[in-house]
Amino acid sequence: MSKQDNLLEILQRQGVSRRGFLKFCSAMASLMAMPPGTAPAIAAALSKAKRPSVIWLSFQECTGCTESLTRSHNPTVESLILGAVSLDYHHTLQAASGTAAEEAREHAMKEFFGKYLLIVDGSIPLKDNGVYSTIAGMTNLQMLEEAAKGAAAIIAVGTCAAFGGLPHAKPNPTGAVSVSDIIKDKPIVNVSGCPPIPVVITGVLAHYLTWGTIPDLDKHKRPLSFFGDSIHDRCYRRPFYDQGKFAKTFDDEGARSGWCLYELGCKGPTTNNACATLKWNNGTSFPIQSGHPCLGCSEPDFWDGGSFYSPLPTPSADVSTVALGAAAAGVAAGVAFGLYDHQKRKKAKQQHEKITVKDLDE
Amino acid sequence: MNEIEILTWLRGPGLQISVALFALGLIFRTVQNLTIGMSKNLAESKGSYMMPGMATIVRRSLFHPGTTHRGYFTMIAGYTFHIGLLVTLFFLEQHILLFKSILGFAWPSLPPAIINITALVAIAALIAVLLHRIMDPVVRKLTDYQDFLAWILTIAPLITGYLAMHPIATTYQTALILHIVSAEVLLIAIPFTKLSHMVSIFIARWYNGALAGYKGVKS
Amino acid sequence: MSAPSSTAHRAIAALVEQIDAPTATFFTSCVHCGMCADACLFYTETQDPKYIPIYKLLPMRKVWQQEFTFWGRLMKAAGLAKPITHEELDEWEELVFDSCTLCGRCSLVCPMGNDITYMIRKFREGMTAAGHAPSDLKAAMKRAIELGSPMGVSLATLKAQIKHAEQELGYEVPIDKQGADYMMLLSSAEIAQFHEIIPAVSRIFKAAGVSWTLCSEAFEGTNTGIQIGASDLAAELVERIVAGAEKLKVKTVISPECGHAYMALRWEGPNLIGRPYPFKVVHILELLDDLRQQGKLKTKGKDATRMTYHDPCQIARRGGIVEQPRNLLNEVAQNFVDMEEHGEFNWCCGGGGGVSANERAMPRRLDVFSRKKKQLDDIKVDRIVTACSNCRNMLEEGLEHYRMDNIEVVGLTETIAQYLDESA
Repeated sequence: MSKQDNLLEILQRQGVSRRGFLKFCSAMASLMAMPPGTAPAIAAALSKAKRPSVIWLSFQECTGCTESLTRSHNPTVESLILGAVSLDYHHTLQAASGTAAEEAREHAMKEFFGKYLLIVDGSIPLKDNGVYSTIAGMTNLQMLEEAAKGAAAIIAVGTCAAFGGLPHAKPNPTGAVSVSDIIKDKPIVNVSGCPPIPVVITGVLAHYLTWGTIPDLDKHKRPLSFFGDSIHDRCYRRPFYDQGKFAKTFDDEGARSGWCLYELGCKGPTTNNACATLKWNNGTSFPIQSGHPCLGCSEPDFWDGGSFYSPLPTPSADVSTVALGAAAAGVAAGVAFGLYDHQKRKKAKQQHEKITVKDLDE
Repeated sequence: MNEIEILTWLRGPGLQISVALFALGLIFRTVQNLTIGMSKNLAESKGSYMMPGMATIVRRSLFHPGTTHRGYFTMIAGYTFHIGLLVTLFFLEQHILLFKSILGFAWPSLPPAIINITALVAIAALIAVLLHRIMDPVVRKLTDYQDFLAWILTIAPLITGYLAMHPIATTYQTALILHIVSAEVLLIAIPFTKLSHMVSIFIARWYNGALAGYKGVKS
Repeated sequence: MSAPSSTAHRAIAALVEQIDAPTATFFTSCVHCGMCADACLFYTETQDPKYIPIYKLLPMRKVWQQEFTFWGRLMKAAGLAKPITHEELDEWEELVFDSCTLCGRCSLVCPMGNDITYMIRKFREGMTAAGHAPSDLKAAMKRAIELGSPMGVSLATLKAQIKHAEQELGYEVPIDKQGADYMMLLSSAEIAQFHEIIPAVSRIFKAAGVSWTLCSEAFEGTNTGIQIGASDLAAELVERIVAGAEKLKVKTVISPECGHAYMALRWEGPNLIGRPYPFKVVHILELLDDLRQQGKLKTKGKDATRMTYHDPCQIARRGGIVEQPRNLLNEVAQNFVDMEEHGEFNWCCGGGGGVSANERAMPRRLDVFSRKKKQLDDIKVDRIVTACSNCRNMLEEGLEHYRMDNIEVVGLTETIAQYLDESA
């Protein structure tokens, strides 16, 4: 496709009707929690938009985010977006390889300097000068800094890019950090999740394509319209939590009745994401619905936040041993001080100044 | 520091420090007091020490003849608060899970609907005793800054806990952090304040009963 | 004499001796609930918060904090906590001596189980060591040591009362009889005022076949030492009784109708002198009740007067003798009614613990007698029986003050003697 064609023309050539296109725009509007009247605005913008250049950098990642994005039962949504942008560099999806691929990247960066969208997935290792992840001889750090210079905005896709993710977990042998830890002077949107819900990625892109701005963000730089609520607040099993009905094992009566999975380690209360409403596989289900507690994968440091199968109140360190040690120390100190005081009394008794009638004289 | 890190720390080193200071402090105080010792009694006993001591531990919990209005208020408000607090603390499933991790055993819980009530009742009783402390001339005469400090430290976990179950004007994560912090601060403060009466009351009552019991007096 | 600051030092030194495990536990447990106030007649009748029992101990609490607690010691070392001063002790003298009879009611009601009375007794040791005690009480103590009686009652007076009694009885009252089973003590107030006790016990013991004697070297049972808080002097008084009992080789010493005498001799005595007694100690009421149970004390006739029993604090609540007086009275009283709060929960007459010897304390003591008045108003009796001569005096003075002196006050032993069946 030529960069000069507008999206509507491209879609029509692909057999997508104008009606289908408008349906997509309405869906996007509602996903982005925009008023219904914005659908025509999205349609107008997208139909006239020239396809901006998008460079996708994959660093220390598992490719799960790309898999999520492309694992779609509804080709219209994702491929529409992929059609609306010019994906000039993407390890998994691009046809080119080797030096040809790197040249394509450098060319796009130069030609669209200041205007291209940078998408990053995977964390950036810093230890030992960043040798733990390199592409074409360049460390991730170098590549990110270079690419960020000319980016209009950066979308950190997946918890690894947003918060450091799995490589960042203790003991963090590669010194992995997030995009926000490195780039401080560009607008960043964190689309966290391990992986993120596909439509969340596309929703952010749609917003950017329509308005040229990034959506409203929470304090972790995640789009509010998707990460504004916790799983707990939207979970369909919430009434069971409120009634104190918890499954104690994975196949007990409670589990089979679909009771709350809090005791099995659900991190829903401390996790913000859209899983409970948008769900996965085009709204089919999400972990809790399948009987598995939420891992909290869209939160920073969720790998170090305690076992996936230990409930939230579980201490993250050994308290019993410490308490016993403290108790023993208390006994020892108590006896020591007590004996000292006992001696103090004894000494006072020995030095007792006997009261005589003379002391009663005034 | 992000919220997950804070919560992880609070459930880790934070909990270790507060539980350790709580255990160390209370046990230290108790053992020290007991080790100071007592002169041996050389008078011939009429009764005994152990059983009258135990009996007084129980009997002191009852209303005594001639209890005044102030006495009834103090005891009823006191029981309401204590029972409300203890039920809230020990019978909410989320708390029981914490105890299970530390102690190794659990017990049945009460429905959150009931715990809501016990928490609110405890809070109401605390407010009532605070008002009483400010308005009643007897209690006011005895009051010092420690009484207010103990009150704040005790009501904070109740209020923040209720907030965590019903986040009003805040997020669950924030309320939970405040709740755990307030509980840990309370744990640390207990050995240093009058709140240590939670252990010493049994010993004091025992002494009272024993000192009277060996003379054949029911106290 | 010593400079003011050093008197506080003496107090602190004395209190360091006194503060033991129970004291430390009690101070640890006080939660400032104020329930002790409603048990103390000095508070209930004046509504003045300074009479709150635990408040009376404030300086002693400071000493405990600064000498025995971790935090207190730290604050003292850092100069952030001031030790108690002579002025404070001076200020507290009125609270500790004039407004506390050591009656023990506060110790009964504290929800934490604090034995506040126990601690006031100890606090007085500190106060007295530093010279802070009411001058009247000091004078009484001096007389007790130097003359053998706080009221100055001498052996001559006793001998005169014995002669009087022998004339009434027609036989001898034993004194200094070697090898008798029981040695009877008396209180100065009995010898001086209520001397009918002498013929009363003579007749009862003769009828019961009890071998007993008085002792010319140890006839005084009262002990001002435990009231003023001077254990050294209290011990000296106890030693006299022990010496007398050992000399006469008696098996048991009888404590008279006097509250603090029983407390001093029976419970504190061996601890004061540092060794157990080679004899037993009983209260006259205990002995009489034993005799009644053994069938050796028989009475005939009943008194129809509507009467009640006032429990002397040191005998009942602090001494353990509650049922015996009632058992005895039930033998001779037809119309006995207990006050609503009776036994361990009876209210103090307001005169014990050295308060009655303290002229300065009299107006307040009479004022708070209104509590006993309320108890009596509720049951409308014509007679109060009691077993402590100090209570007797206090009751009489209080009733007179409130114009209730139509109510007569009598002793229990003399009442029993009145109905004694000597024919057996």
